[in-house]
Amino acid sequence: MSESKQPSYLEYQGKYKGLFGWIFSVDHKRIGLLYMYSIMTFFIVGATLGLLMKLELIAPGKTIMDAQTYNGLFTLHGITMIFLIVIPGIPAILGNFFLPIMIGAKDVAFPRLNLLSWWIYIIGAVIALSSQFMGSGPPDTGWTFYAPYSFKTTTNMLPAVLGAFTLGFSSILTGLNFIVTMHRMRAPGMNWMKMPLFPWTLYGTAWIQLLATPIVGITLLMVVAERTLHVGFFDPALGGDPVLYQHLFWIYSHPAVYVMILPAMGVISEILPTFARKTIFGYKAIVASTLAIAFVGYFVWGHHMFTAGMSGTAQFAFSFLTFLVAIPSAIKVFNWISTLYKGSIHLAVPFYWAASFIFVFMIGGLSGLVLGALSTNVHVHDTAFVVAHFHFIVFGGVGFAFMAGIHYWFPKIYGRMYDESWALTGWVVFFLGFLALYSPMFYLGMKGMPRRYFDYLPEYHGPNIFSSLGAVVMIFGLALIIINLIRSARKGEKATANPWNGTTLEWTIESPPILENFEEIPTVTEPPYHYK
Amino acid sequence: MEQTSTHTEHRDDTASKIGMWLFIFTELLLFGGLFIVYSVYRFKNPVAFHLAAEELSKLIGTINTVILLISSMTVAMSISAIQLADRKKAILLLSGTITLALVFLVNKYFEWHGKFEHGLYPGSQELFDLGQGDILFFGLYFTMTGLHALHIIVGIIVLTVMLVKVIKKNIQSDNYAQLENAGLYWHLVDLIWIFLFPLFYLIS
Ligand SMILES: [Cu+2]
Repeated sequence: MSESKQPSYLEYQGKYKGLFGWIFSVDHKRIGLLYMYSIMTFFIVGATLGLLMKLELIAPGKTIMDAQTYNGLFTLHGITMIFLIVIPGIPAILGNFFLPIMIGAKDVAFPRLNLLSWWIYIIGAVIALSSQFMGSGPPDTGWTFYAPYSFKTTTNMLPAVLGAFTLGFSSILTGLNFIVTMHRMRAPGMNWMKMPLFPWTLYGTAWIQLLATPIVGITLLMVVAERTLHVGFFDPALGGDPVLYQHLFWIYSHPAVYVMILPAMGVISEILPTFARKTIFGYKAIVASTLAIAFVGYFVWGHHMFTAGMSGTAQFAFSFLTFLVAIPSAIKVFNWISTLYKGSIHLAVPFYWAASFIFVFMIGGLSGLVLGALSTNVHVHDTAFVVAHFHFIVFGGVGFAFMAGIHYWFPKIYGRMYDESWALTGWVVFFLGFLALYSPMFYLGMKGMPRRYFDYLPEYHGPNIFSSLGAVVMIFGLALIIINLIRSARKGEKATANPWNGTTLEWTIESPPILENFEEIPTVTEPPYHYK
Repeated sequence: MEQTSTHTEHRDDTASKIGMWLFIFTELLLFGGLFIVYSVYRFKNPVAFHLAAEELSKLIGTINTVILLISSMTVAMSISAIQLADRKKAILLLSGTITLALVFLVNKYFEWHGKFEHGLYPGSQELFDLGQGDILFFGLYFTMTGLHALHIIVGIIVLTVMLVKVIKKNIQSDNYAQLENAGLYWHLVDLIWIFLFPLFYLIS
């Protein structure tokens, strides 16, 4: 491993020792790992909540909890998973760690702001989670905080809403930091069209974070004002319009889906060329579709509100635009498949995750079109079908891509290899569990089972048993994966600088990297994914 | 090869300026959400909004507009003064800016106070009796001018920090990017007021 005199970022001793050397570190790599450890902790909480919900649904009627507890659980599950895990997720963990390295920089543009973003994230998380323990019981509105219920319910809404607001701040600052980093700190020779695709997707993402998050921020503040001061913005009794709340909420929260999925697509675009030993097919098309998704994604929010009261013209326009935004995503899928075509594919765990990503992403994306079409939307609106769809995209898409990325870059991060057979078993078990868990919900939704109820009609029993057992299997797979990664980080075989034969800059430096990444800032002459 | 393995802070003034501009975009969008809400409810309640606007004091509004415009000018002049290494003038102009900002807040206080005395505040019985258009108008009025006042307060804090830095010679003719960014922020706060003033006081 390290022959050089310089210690790696893991060994480097700064101003502070031990834990303080981490939580006050301005090194982008340590901050990336800080995010990973905190997000993983929250993820285990969120996944446990999900499992409890599935166990409640294993049989009709009350099984292990009452209705109000279930309402609290799906609200907390949603808030945790969306605001604490998937939105920051890949950019904050893998982006922080690898963006500067992949563009040949020593750090992000504003290292101290980067650390501040993590602290704001932690503060936001604490505020949001405090809603569970104080006041008048856990919030029960779902993660969307729909008006007027969000200011009528007696549960402890304020911390949840303020927590989400604070987390938005952290997200904006990370996006701002990344944009400036990419504009100012690319290595000599790396023009925009030589920049790898993961940074490109982070660039698109950062703009969405910057331009969409303030809208939800102010909307959440309006809910706060509504609850505390009764200003009437969303209260029909005072002249306000609850549907306006939904508009404002989804103006942010649909683009937020692309904050989640774009970086995931970036990770996949890194992994496939490496394991196909072939340059990416259609680099420019992927860049263009990334920007197209980021742009068109702003104008489709209405598809969440087809049944909420909207003019026919607006419905038509939103439905049309929704179909339009599917095109750049499909372009990416074609590019990935074409990259594999005639490649000399090296089968390894990151590749399995990436390939299964394409599979679940396609199911999630195509089922999204069922929801984007007006007639079918009315039929499956607010049913288990919707839950299946967005879990395929958000959990299947983002989760699988994260798993692909963390296995791919694991040797670089820790300088050690993960255990191959454990990782493979983990992937098989997790993947099967995932399919068993969510596939039946498409069927249940089509048959009319509504979402967000702790109970259901007896005729839905069979598929629900299947789904709940799938959840247990998936959690088991998850445990295998996490245990393997933790063990390997400490005891795994030492990794070389470039175990996968990758061509991007992170593979030209040591594993794990030194504090400032590069001994000398490289000069870039070749495009990324340059295989001869 | 690098001799030290500490993080060296490289100063990149362009980077911090881009960062500031991006931040200003987000601030504009934050208020943008409220402007959308304002437009929707004005469209739905044209008469009530018209009558409610008459309740506001055009005089105080105009005075406050002039105050902010002058303060924008003084902060810009303080930057020019620093560029020319005229520290005393910069200190004077920055102190002037902060004073003007405080005067703005005092005026705002009296204005709000007057509304409260007439029972024109969210949740009051008087406002409730006036009807939905008025409830929304004053809800928006207090939310938007309140959020703006919050930005004025943040601006005062930022400008005070800048003032201290100029006094301590941490900001000088070769190192004034921070002051420029603070000035940018202050212009933003003014700009938002330039939108708020006609929307609440003038349009009828
Ligand atoms: Cu959407």
